[in-house]
Amino acid sequence: MNFDPSHSKRSFSSVGTRPIRPDGVDKVTGRARYGADFNMPGQLVGRILRSPHAHAIIRKIDTSKAAQLPGVKAVLTAADLPDLTNGDAAMYDILDNCMARKKALYDGHAVAAVAAIDARTAKQALKLIEVEYELLPHVTDVDQAFAPDAPLINDTIFTTGVDPKPDRPSNVSMRSQFGHGDVDAGMARADFVVERTFKTEQTHQGYIEPHACVANVCSDGTADLWVCTQGHFVYRQHCAELLGMDASKLRVTSSEIGGGFGGKTHVWAEPVALALSRKAGRPVKLVMTRDEVFRASGPTSATSIDVKIGALKDGTIIAADATLRYSCGPYAGAWAEVGAMTAFACYKLENVRTVGYEVLVNRPKTAAYRAPSAPMAAFAVESAIDELAKKVGMDPVDFRIRNAAQEGTKASYGPVYGPIGIGPTLEAVKNHPHMKAPLGKNQGRGMACGFWFNFGGQTCTDLNIGIDGTVSLAVGTVDVGGSRASLSLVAAEELGIDYSQVRTVIADTSTLGYNDMTDGSRGTFSSSMATISAARNAIKILRERAAQMWDIPVEDVTWEKGHAVAKGETHGNLPKLSLKEIAAASGTTGGPIAGHSEIVADGAGVSFATHICDIEVDPETGATKVLRYTVVQDAGKAVHPTYVEGQYQGGAAQGIGWALNEEYIYGKDGRLQNAGFLDYRIPVCSDLPMIDTQILEIPNPNHPYGVRGVGETSIVPPLAAVANAVSNAVGVRMLHIPMSPPRILAALEA
Amino acid sequence: MMVGIAVSTNINGDNAEFLCHADETLLDVLRDRLGLMGAKEGCGTGDCGACSIILDDRLVCSCLVLGAEAEGRRIETVEGMAQGDQLHPLQQKFLEHAALQCGICTPGFLIAAKDLLAKNPDPTEEEIRFGLAGNLCRCTGYDKIVRAVQDAAGVMRGA
Amino acid sequence: MVEVTLWGSLAAAAEGNSKIEIEAKNIRELFERLSERFPRLEPLMTRGIAVAIDGTIYRDTWSKELPTGAEIYLLPRLAGG
Repeated sequence: MNFDPSHSKRSFSSVGTRPIRPDGVDKVTGRARYGADFNMPGQLVGRILRSPHAHAIIRKIDTSKAAQLPGVKAVLTAADLPDLTNGDAAMYDILDNCMARKKALYDGHAVAAVAAIDARTAKQALKLIEVEYELLPHVTDVDQAFAPDAPLINDTIFTTGVDPKPDRPSNVSMRSQFGHGDVDAGMARADFVVERTFKTEQTHQGYIEPHACVANVCSDGTADLWVCTQGHFVYRQHCAELLGMDASKLRVTSSEIGGGFGGKTHVWAEPVALALSRKAGRPVKLVMTRDEVFRASGPTSATSIDVKIGALKDGTIIAADATLRYSCGPYAGAWAEVGAMTAFACYKLENVRTVGYEVLVNRPKTAAYRAPSAPMAAFAVESAIDELAKKVGMDPVDFRIRNAAQEGTKASYGPVYGPIGIGPTLEAVKNHPHMKAPLGKNQGRGMACGFWFNFGGQTCTDLNIGIDGTVSLAVGTVDVGGSRASLSLVAAEELGIDYSQVRTVIADTSTLGYNDMTDGSRGTFSSSMATISAARNAIKILRERAAQMWDIPVEDVTWEKGHAVAKGETHGNLPKLSLKEIAAASGTTGGPIAGHSEIVADGAGVSFATHICDIEVDPETGATKVLRYTVVQDAGKAVHPTYVEGQYQGGAAQGIGWALNEEYIYGKDGRLQNAGFLDYRIPVCSDLPMIDTQILEIPNPNHPYGVRGVGETSIVPPLAAVANAVSNAVGVRMLHIPMSPPRILAALEA
Repeated sequence: MMVGIAVSTNINGDNAEFLCHADETLLDVLRDRLGLMGAKEGCGTGDCGACSIILDDRLVCSCLVLGAEAEGRRIETVEGMAQGDQLHPLQQKFLEHAALQCGICTPGFLIAAKDLLAKNPDPTEEEIRFGLAGNLCRCTGYDKIVRAVQDAAGVMRGA
Repeated sequence: MVEVTLWGSLAAAAEGNSKIEIEAKNIRELFERLSERFPRLEPLMTRGIAVAIDGTIYRDTWSKELPTGAEIYLLPRLAGG
């Protein structure tokens, strides 16, 4: 790759404008095809039988009656999915989560599946499958699971990251630690110390589209999978590995995706659908119900976090310490580790230490959820910071500005920061009119900061120039929220043509090289980098073709605003050639003109945001109402500002839901009690105010246009911003998320 | 074996006939029997509004209506909103305001907003927020949806 | 010769060394040398390690050069949502 991704200052004509998205008309007319909107001739309906028990040995599964039911074409258990994972523990966990092998590990764990001629027959068949369970003691709470006498979920798990290796198994799969300096000595010097324990409950990504796929496996070993996913190349890899298929023979097409937020980065039903299709010899459509989505897919960790922060009289934070326990579901994970890395990332700290514990519980396997693990750590830290500011006697914004990380600060997770935006977001908040607006009775204002890494990753893009001079851009990062518009803008910018001349599509796994998923806020960051690189490769060819047409050396041809321009005294008077003219002649100058790019888009820019929230609390009922909300975030460069605002607003809304309403509620029997949108209440339109946004642009030095990721950071501050607002409104520090009315009343009465 | 019920109805101005089972939802009929996939199933319990349609001038979740109940009724779905290549003002404003990200909730919101504006052509922000409270969107935070509906209402009033 | 800093858990597996002097011109060589010197790092390296060079995190560009005098920091390899 001889492509230099360094940022250089420039002016833009397309990037930064706000055109209508290319997939828009299909989406407002009902024509866009999502996971469940696709059918194949002769397709069967797949359904999954799920454990009603939180923890049980599967003694026996008798599928004979189901198999004999007329219309049933395949019945499947773990016995049909041999273990091909070759000692890869992470892949084995995925396999076991797709179909329980020896034990059911949570309410909702898949134990068998059927494919039948219609949904009615499939449902009937599930009822005929007889599963003999031996119930085991279960544990669903993160603190209870952490306790030494807790029921053991997996007796092969010995805590890693501790020395010496423990001599008995536990529910803690890993301990991780970050930090620098001497925390104990620092804390001893502190004039003020805040020490608190916080809890957050488990939430679901809550995408409105349930998981859905259509699988078609042929007897010759080729297969097709239509699926809603954030990463069709990764799904292909995982499915092929689990089923013993050649990846190249499995073609995966990503449908339009009805929300993912991290939840569609993991396979669940897809390997099962493929296995059913293979067994039945017919296509199988498998769509999860909403109940299944809640019980078996998603969710994020429940957490329990101890924070201790000390400050000097002058407002300098002298030491910061946190211990974070994150639930992983019934498998080993690395979620607390991320929480431990992000917890204090906003601050410049001499002495800092964070310790993370990954805790197994009898709940669904934890999945990534938008800036995974960061919001809970930020809730704990930003709540404690607010309290500490009060103790020191400083305004919470000024206190944060005083301690904010800056270029050259050693991050709490280790390395030294390059140019970053935490200071500027805080300054913008300090000067924002929202901070000066008056508050009424029972109303409170809170603010909080948040950090997320952002990632790049493997990316591949094809840019093809048609004979008429219009451009097809094929990318491999799934478009979850308008990235096709952004990438069309980037291609137009680089080539010097109009946005309307570019159409961007998401290519399937057989027509483009491997791409990592759309996760880590990488979609627009990485694919724009690959698109710029592909466009520059195409421009090189366009210049060569123009040189041929003029019969001059290519060194004398430059590319300016969509045209080849001849330079030099001898041919400086040649009229410039447009992209359209060069494309029209391409048949006789060497054939099709295209630019390709295969890159690892490393160098993503870390991202910071600061949010402000006003809230009113009814002291009699504990009910809350968000009155006003403002998001300030660094985008590096906003390619399509409207969709950047959309990411800011959407992340804030999800965070507000997490802060105030959303939680998984388990009964003593270990069963999920609120597996539906009625009882797991995500914010509706009447719950929220308008969400103001302010985009800051501090260029990422490692992207040609300065782009950072924008998708995730916006969910990091809201838990704390809302909690600080509620705490200020009621005069009591809120320690437990979500702050549902009963919890607020309990806090008021305590 | 179940016997199908013969149903005659009108969808987006066109007469339609279908056979369905007694327990089959109108949503399943629209999607699986009639190929109208604009209405989406987000929950199947009437909580998300992604399957919103208008049945005889009343906004309903089609997952809570039986197919057989469509007999002799008038059904409006998102597929009927545009006239030829002319988008409905709500559709146009949803595009202009980027009131959709993933777009799965969009057909339901458009139908709910159409019903709202038919009954209240000049709603306040609060009336819009409560009027659309039966529809879940997880991507946008609703800000741009509310603005799109406000803008479309103005266009439709000729303001 | 470059100086490499290890995050807490990795240092524990590297016989308690949080800073290591190592002869490596790029990330690939660094990983090779590290697993030669500290076999107990192997499981952590299999799980994935990212390298921050002067604050910029590299996960996959193993050909990336390690400039003399640069701050080189090893981190767990993370994913997003």
